[in-house]
Amino acid sequence: MVMFWVSLLAISILLYVLLDGVDLGVGLLFSLANGEIRRGAMLSAVAPIWDGNETWLVVTAVILWGAFPLVYATLLSAFYLPLIVMLLGLILRGVAFEFRYKTQRARWIWDLSFAGGSLIATFIQGMTVGALVEGLPFTNGQYSGGEVGWLTPFAVLCGVGLCLGYALLGACWLAKKCEAEIREVAHRQIPVLAVGVLAFLVVVFAYALAENLPILHRWIDRPYLFVFPAIGAVAAAVLALSILRHNDRWPFYMVSLIFISAFGTLALSFWPYMIPSVITIGEAAAPHSSLAFMFWGCGVIVYPLMLVYTVISYSVFRGKVRSASEYGHH
Amino acid sequence: MDMTALFLSRIQFAFTITFHIIFPSFTIGLAAWLTVLEALSFSTGRPVYRVIFDFWLKIFGVAFGMGVVSGIVMAFQFGTNWSVLSRMSGPIQGPLLMYETFWAFMLEASFFGVLIFGRSRVPPWFYLFSTAMVALGTTFSAFWIMVNNSWMQVPTGYVLENGSFVPNDWSKIIFNSVVWSRFPHMVLAAYLTGAFCVAATGAWYMLRKVYHAEARIMLRMGLGLAAVLMPIQLLFGHLNGEYVNTYQPSKMAAIEGRWNDEKPGSEVLFAWPDVEHRRNLFTIRLPPPFGSLIDSDSLTAAETGLNSIPPENWPPVLIPFFAFRIMVGCGLVMLGLAWLGSYLSYRHRLAYNRPLLWLTFLSFPLPFIAIITGWFTAEVGRQPWVVFGVLRTADAMTPFLTTRQATISLVIFCTVYSFIFLFGTFYIYRMIRTGPVRKPFATPHLVVPNRPMSLADEMLIENPSHLAAGE
Repeated sequence: MVMFWVSLLAISILLYVLLDGVDLGVGLLFSLANGEIRRGAMLSAVAPIWDGNETWLVVTAVILWGAFPLVYATLLSAFYLPLIVMLLGLILRGVAFEFRYKTQRARWIWDLSFAGGSLIATFIQGMTVGALVEGLPFTNGQYSGGEVGWLTPFAVLCGVGLCLGYALLGACWLAKKCEAEIREVAHRQIPVLAVGVLAFLVVVFAYALAENLPILHRWIDRPYLFVFPAIGAVAAAVLALSILRHNDRWPFYMVSLIFISAFGTLALSFWPYMIPSVITIGEAAAPHSSLAFMFWGCGVIVYPLMLVYTVISYSVFRGKVRSASEYGHH
Repeated sequence: MDMTALFLSRIQFAFTITFHIIFPSFTIGLAAWLTVLEALSFSTGRPVYRVIFDFWLKIFGVAFGMGVVSGIVMAFQFGTNWSVLSRMSGPIQGPLLMYETFWAFMLEASFFGVLIFGRSRVPPWFYLFSTAMVALGTTFSAFWIMVNNSWMQVPTGYVLENGSFVPNDWSKIIFNSVVWSRFPHMVLAAYLTGAFCVAATGAWYMLRKVYHAEARIMLRMGLGLAAVLMPIQLLFGHLNGEYVNTYQPSKMAAIEGRWNDEKPGSEVLFAWPDVEHRRNLFTIRLPPPFGSLIDSDSLTAAETGLNSIPPENWPPVLIPFFAFRIMVGCGLVMLGLAWLGSYLSYRHRLAYNRPLLWLTFLSFPLPFIAIITGWFTAEVGRQPWVVFGVLRTADAMTPFLTTRQATISLVIFCTVYSFIFLFGTFYIYRMIRTGPVRKPFATPHLVVPNRPMSLADEMLIENPSHLAAGE
């Protein structure tokens, strides 16, 4: 039962990163684009999906609370300010989608909210993961880092890294969904961002070696973990090839695969901890009576239905978006 | 323990949840109203019902979107500010919230898609079914939230193990008798909110002499529904009082402004409770045994006063005392309006009675005020406990939360919410002012269920060439 909920949690987080990563990435690139036509086209490539994507964040939160209350309570309170700022960033960029078409004069406010909210949310997500990898200060199982215990150079580096990563994902999505100018621009951005992400990974690895992060020891203990980085490396090679060929779809699939392998790498190096070296899955799991209650009422039927529903929403929206003027009115 | 941080956290929770409850209470009622309209349209075939349906569907979209957005924050706030509570009660409250999220996602999101896309693609009976499913989804949401909150009011079906509440009987938690008086009370409140908003809109059009046919139906149905539901609501309100009296004597004593034990009890109608001197000023009251009659359905029952409860277990007396009276006051005004309006409407005289039309128009805030003050009564009255009798609010807070953190978060919450709220409310106002569109419209293809607010956006388009391009 615990394994069931660990799997659902992992799927939900991965879905959130992949799906919302796309529209957050488009939000990051949005600030680089000027002109209403280009901006409108970029928005129309993510407009129908962003809200559904964010649902997976809420799903992650409730699974965490219901199945792993100790981790929910510990993480959310330790990351107090960044988490609240991230939520408000997500809300601002969400309503910006709707409100920017209600006004001409104040449109810049909503454009700023959209780009700014995306940037804040992405940076904080990356920073959070970075802080977890490096290890939060704990005393007797309770967070003891104070107001900004998560703020370290490594965490900031990871925040920047995730911005590059989501932007790359967003650019690949735009290349896949758009035509004409947006597609051309995306094709120019993809190699730059890909090199940026690669450089980031090299720096992270060097830093981990230099600082002797505890997470690194797990790798030496378990060499089979190198499967995931190997998949990532293959995906990176295919990505390079598809960039050279100006393919519209393969970069997106390969970048997604890189994200999946990065997620797998991270998840396995955390194992069996949920908060590295502090709380294990077993310690965090809710009692069996809770897990079973959720299994029958939510996990076994409703969750698969939600996955099916997500697939259907995406298949309705497949193919290139037809023109810039289709989202909203002018 | 930082007492200022505790106070700020409580303000923050109250602020964000008050903001949130406005939208679901409106949409639960509206979803039911849409179902009735669609059923009428289905059975009578009159086009006017379709026009009204399409109009309220747009407003439903915006309000639903605002509810979803403000609800996301609630899923996180238990962990950020109340980490001790969320760790201890996670095994019970977490699953209940999961049921709420998952079921709502399944029913509301998928069938809302049919409401937007499906008019021309599914048979009419399935469209009606989908409307009913959306209404059912919103009602389920309310149900799980009420189960969750009722467990905090009257905890049951658990054992305390290793410092956490381990559920040992889910049927006790779900079929807690308290749930079954509070859940109907909340749903009826939401229906009344929908009814009064609809009636007020009808009255507004009547006063402006526009959309006469639609306005008449909105007025008649809104007030008629309220006239039937209001007495039932008063009955369930009374049943709620019984659970409070049984399980939470401290809340009851505060609501009633009762200081001393009485047998049988008297009933304070109005007063100014002077907490410091433990007495009431400017009291207007009914003599015994009215208090016992109202609180315990008995002529002789003993009623507990605050003096026999240790002061450290008192709620802040003034808030439940006044919030309760405001709620009941709003309810009685709504009852009067609904009965009088329905009577005049039955005699076909309502359309000429401008004072009553004005009153109906201006009555739309009443159900919202009643819901918010009702929740204040329930939640503030539960204090100083977060899980009644078991866990104190002060012990439930994140132990290392500082005043500075709590201040910063509260300030940014207030700023961002006010900003969004002003825009959203203005937007709903503009839509209602514009009124229903009597011509059929094409649904633009980029409107999707995951973006409920966009529905209104696209349908407001006046430019027909764009509409044509949308399909």
